Amino acid sequence: MVCRLILVGLLGTSPLLAAKPTVAEDVHWAYRRPTAAKPPALSGGHDSRNPIDCFVVERLRDLEIAPSPAADRPTLIRRVTLDLTGLLPEPAEVDRFLADERPGAWERVVDRLLASPHYGEHWAREWMDLSHYADSDGYLTDQLRPVAWRYRQWLVKQLNAGTPFDLLTVRQLAGDLVPNATIADRLGTGFLRQTLSNREGGADPEEFRVKQIVDRTEMLGAVWLGLTVGCARCHDHKYDRLSRAEFFGLYALLNAADEVNIYAPRAEEERPWLEAVEKYNRRRDKLLAPIAGPLRILQDRWEARLLEAGARPGREFLWDRRWEVLGLIWGGQLGEGQLEGQEIVKRDRQLRTRDEQDRLLLYFLSHGSLIDPAKFKQLKLGEVQSKLEKLRTEVPWPIRAQVMRQARVPRQAFLHERGDFRVRGPAIQAGVPFMLPPLAGTSRDRLALARWLVSDSHPLVARVTVNRMWQAFFGTGLVRTVDDFGVRGELPSHPVLLDWLASEFRDRGWSIKRMHRLIVTSGTYRQSSRQRPRLQRRDSGNRLLARQRALRFSAEVVRDTALQAAGLLCRHLEGPSVRPPQPESVTGEAYGNVWTESVGVDRYRRGLYTFVQRTTPFAQGTTFDAPSPGKTCTGRERSNTSLQALTLLNDPVFFECAQALAARTLAESRGGDVERLDRLVRRCLARRPAAEELQRLAVYLAAQRRLYSGSGEAAESAGRVAGSASRFAAPDEAAAWVSVASVVMNLHEFITRD
Amino acid sequence: MHHDFVDPVEGSLQRRLFLQRTACGLGTIALGDLLARDSQSAEKSIRPFRPLAPHGTPRARNVIFIFMAGAPSQLDLFDPKPGMKRLDGQPVPASFLDGLEDPLIKGSARVYASPRSFRRYGESGIEYSDYVSHLGGVADETCVVRSVYTDVANHHPAQLIMNCGTNRWGHPSFGAWVTWGLGNAADNMPGFVVLMSNSGHGIDGGASLWSSGFLPSIYRGTTFRSSGDSILHLANPEGVTGRAQADRLRVIADLNRIRQARTGDSEIAARMASYELAFRMQSAGPELLDFSRESASTHKLYGLDQDKTRWFGTNCLLARRMVERGVRFVQLYHSTWDDHSNLNANLKTNCDMTDLPAAGLIADLSQRGLLDDTLVIWGGEFGRTPMNEVRRSPAPGSEGRDHHRFAFSMLFCGGGIRRGTVVGRTDELGYHPVEDAIHVHDIQATLLHCLGFEHTRLTYRHSGRDFRLTDVGGEVVESMLA
Repeated sequence: MVCRLILVGLLGTSPLLAAKPTVAEDVHWAYRRPTAAKPPALSGGHDSRNPIDCFVVERLRDLEIAPSPAADRPTLIRRVTLDLTGLLPEPAEVDRFLADERPGAWERVVDRLLASPHYGEHWAREWMDLSHYADSDGYLTDQLRPVAWRYRQWLVKQLNAGTPFDLLTVRQLAGDLVPNATIADRLGTGFLRQTLSNREGGADPEEFRVKQIVDRTEMLGAVWLGLTVGCARCHDHKYDRLSRAEFFGLYALLNAADEVNIYAPRAEEERPWLEAVEKYNRRRDKLLAPIAGPLRILQDRWEARLLEAGARPGREFLWDRRWEVLGLIWGGQLGEGQLEGQEIVKRDRQLRTRDEQDRLLLYFLSHGSLIDPAKFKQLKLGEVQSKLEKLRTEVPWPIRAQVMRQARVPRQAFLHERGDFRVRGPAIQAGVPFMLPPLAGTSRDRLALARWLVSDSHPLVARVTVNRMWQAFFGTGLVRTVDDFGVRGELPSHPVLLDWLASEFRDRGWSIKRMHRLIVTSGTYRQSSRQRPRLQRRDSGNRLLARQRALRFSAEVVRDTALQAAGLLCRHLEGPSVRPPQPESVTGEAYGNVWTESVGVDRYRRGLYTFVQRTTPFAQGTTFDAPSPGKTCTGRERSNTSLQALTLLNDPVFFECAQALAARTLAESRGGDVERLDRLVRRCLARRPAAEELQRLAVYLAAQRRLYSGSGEAAESAGRVAGSASRFAAPDEAAAWVSVASVVMNLHEFITRD
Repeated sequence: MHHDFVDPVEGSLQRRLFLQRTACGLGTIALGDLLARDSQSAEKSIRPFRPLAPHGTPRARNVIFIFMAGAPSQLDLFDPKPGMKRLDGQPVPASFLDGLEDPLIKGSARVYASPRSFRRYGESGIEYSDYVSHLGGVADETCVVRSVYTDVANHHPAQLIMNCGTNRWGHPSFGAWVTWGLGNAADNMPGFVVLMSNSGHGIDGGASLWSSGFLPSIYRGTTFRSSGDSILHLANPEGVTGRAQADRLRVIADLNRIRQARTGDSEIAARMASYELAFRMQSAGPELLDFSRESASTHKLYGLDQDKTRWFGTNCLLARRMVERGVRFVQLYHSTWDDHSNLNANLKTNCDMTDLPAAGLIADLSQRGLLDDTLVIWGGEFGRTPMNEVRRSPAPGSEGRDHHRFAFSMLFCGGGIRRGTVVGRTDELGYHPVEDAIHVHDIQATLLHCLGFEHTRLTYRHSGRDFRLTDVGGEVVESMLA
């Protein structure tokens, strides 16, 4: 009995869900290539316009459970607009859909949303969770990464443009290695640049470089392979047949990549920059000409000492430190590749680019005097430095971007005993786990890895990816453990459907938009989310998909939709991260962080543009389960806490939204209370209020009018409560409407997609 | 009976309407369907914070769990090994390594005798190191268990085992189990509160350590902020009076209730409960956080008068004040004790931050009579090796210790725990228990016992199986009990 219990526990499945993967006994189902089964034909006149429904309904029929009817149209348009764009449908969009009685009305809504620029914004957030995006380094000093957002921008663009998943994979893991890589290709490797950097004095650069590669290897495992490979860093994986050598084989594929920032000019930046640089180069050479010889000798001596210390540490502490510091602080507060300074020093002078020479020279002038302080003085290098820096300010440097570059000198990977960076075991050849198909061809680099992931023979990637999509549209994956398809992961609730979707994904050219369209046009997706008591008793987790599920919005969507309903949301698509207001007690929390509140419309940008300071996460995000930016997140929690209630009730940002929503309602509608209430509710919930609700709101409105027009404390504060709404009505009237707006924005339904 | 007119599809709606009509007070009924999805027990689903019937006589009603994340070094704090001096710098005798397969234990390292000094405290004469002299001061209240062991030697998995009884994600934490089992005696505070402090680095495990897992989300730990305002947005928006806020909440509740009747969404009930609690926290919160009425000697006892101890001390005092107000489970996290190098110095930093306030908390609970029904736990996810780990430089003073899962120490006191006693003994290196090896599940079983629950019977059905905190293990450790 105990054994059976344990077994069931391991499989994480109930007898009801006796899913039987159709594979040979000895190979775990997920390591076998998915076979595309034909969708079952449904008899009995069932409407099976979408194959997904055939799989789901067949299963329900076996168990004699009826699927739920379709949700009503207002619910549907709100659901799909939120799921595809993370925003509410505008009232006019709802009206149009309700009035559209021609066939294909649903598909027209879906296609409009898939073409919306906000689609890319919403889905970029998923990749930001997967890559654990941030605008700062992490660790104690948590320095800024002012150009991290270029990767986010790239994501939004790619997703909007419908870049297929295979290409997205190749660009994110190996965009720099693609033949004739463009800047846009290279920007994708920003994915790998979201690992943390430790710039704290005393940190061992190699230790943290190894940590970064380990992090990337784990990310690769969670995002593409659906495997918790991290365990195998220290020991052979207990449950999945992944040895330490295999973990380090994957590690080795990523090990030969260096962090580097590049100039990635936007279209308008390129010409003025190139012109100015030419002029700058001439003036720079002229400035340095008088001391060129001695300067060069001095810098060569400095570099030699550094290289010596780097190669044979432990002799001279001072120079050991200099070498370490070069590795730590290079490009700090600019988010530059930390080890680039050391890499430039290691490179022959003739092979360095002009820009590398320049940046190293500047570093030398400001940090190199230890080599010969007297000579530094004699050559007046302090003066030279300030002149050179001044010269540089005359160039309109284009904006840079964080990318990866193949290491110039091949870097041997070793098996690290117990995962310890200092304990080098045997050298490891780059390769992929034994249980999976081999790498094609002879090259063993990131490009080979990326192409292998999206090759036809790969059993995991398509499954893992469609499963994550499923989770986004239904709240739970077909495999509930979205990042663990291994032996310890749960079995799929619908194995054949999962495999069919995986095959479709490949057959449809890895098109993400097509898959999203396929899913949201299914009847399964369009079911009502209403809970049915009997069904609840049989299938409390909704694994059988006999209904949709009501899902609370993500942290970003909670804020974005409040701003949108209020008419405050700024829909601007581009640019650096912004710092919307949040309580001072939060911003003062971490070491040396400064949160300079953005001004103007930047206070109202969508949540994905909010600056992510790793040591001080944005408070509203934390309250609503935004993931910690230190670890890959493949699925968010949806908690329900009183801290969320306090935020929606009392956070000045949300109250400002209520004021703006009231102002908007008063300004837009000249009708009576009922018309205005109707309008307000429709804007927030995409549906008309029921008579019962309307009545309750009207009673409340009347009571609030009395409260604010009387002679008490409330009346005195009416103006403050009214805020921006007082432009459209007397303070007491405006304050009463703010109260109503705030009530609607605090409803469970407002932050839930049904 | 109202059941009689329930039809299978509309059933819950009818029942809810019935209950609604008979309900009084803000949202009592809103909780009606809270747990219906798991049909655990009808009673529980209507009043989620009503305690389950105990299986035995409860000795404790509250828990304060001081979780020292990163694994403090037991050999330098609680488990003196004078014999190690003799072996200092020597390879570990082979007899200790026999049959070890754990990849994290390095056979090649050398013994590192503790640089700390130990002495006996109190009538019980239990030894503590000089770094934890204040805890030594409450030795007679405390049960030191020196022979705890766990299953894994990686932080996050081991933290999960200590907090949730298994290293798999998605399982309820100890605090969630206790709040589910004992309910919440405070009607104006969450039943399970999490407070954090650190010496420069947060906790590896994060929110998974105070998760409600498959239990309903109201049992999840609520994190109060570690600095600044402990609870954000406690104050009404500018201009909104207390009465206006109450009106606002009433209409929100009414509208949510209407919606719930239409959709049958049990999460709406949880949302209503969150709002009710939020409203009550608004009145109770400022008073909870206001220490001005605590005496100067109390401030001193918790170290609020010193920079080093203020952060952790504030959390300790908050813990006491919450327990006084009926909060069931307060979990303090302090990180990180993960001293792979510079152990002697880093350990001092953490002890300087925490020793005085932790001892102050125990003394204060004791003198107020609160210790009788409050369990206090002090410990990390595993211990540290008897061997030296050389990570950064071989210079003297930079030694560290690696992860060690085979034996480590934890402290317990209060409600039902034997006072002034030592349980378990380790070998001369502190490598393995030689007496009373106690698994984490045994600890959990014992603590649940103190709280009145038989650990094999405090179960929850999920995915077709009854789950419990102690997974498939656990035995009550009689020698820890009073």
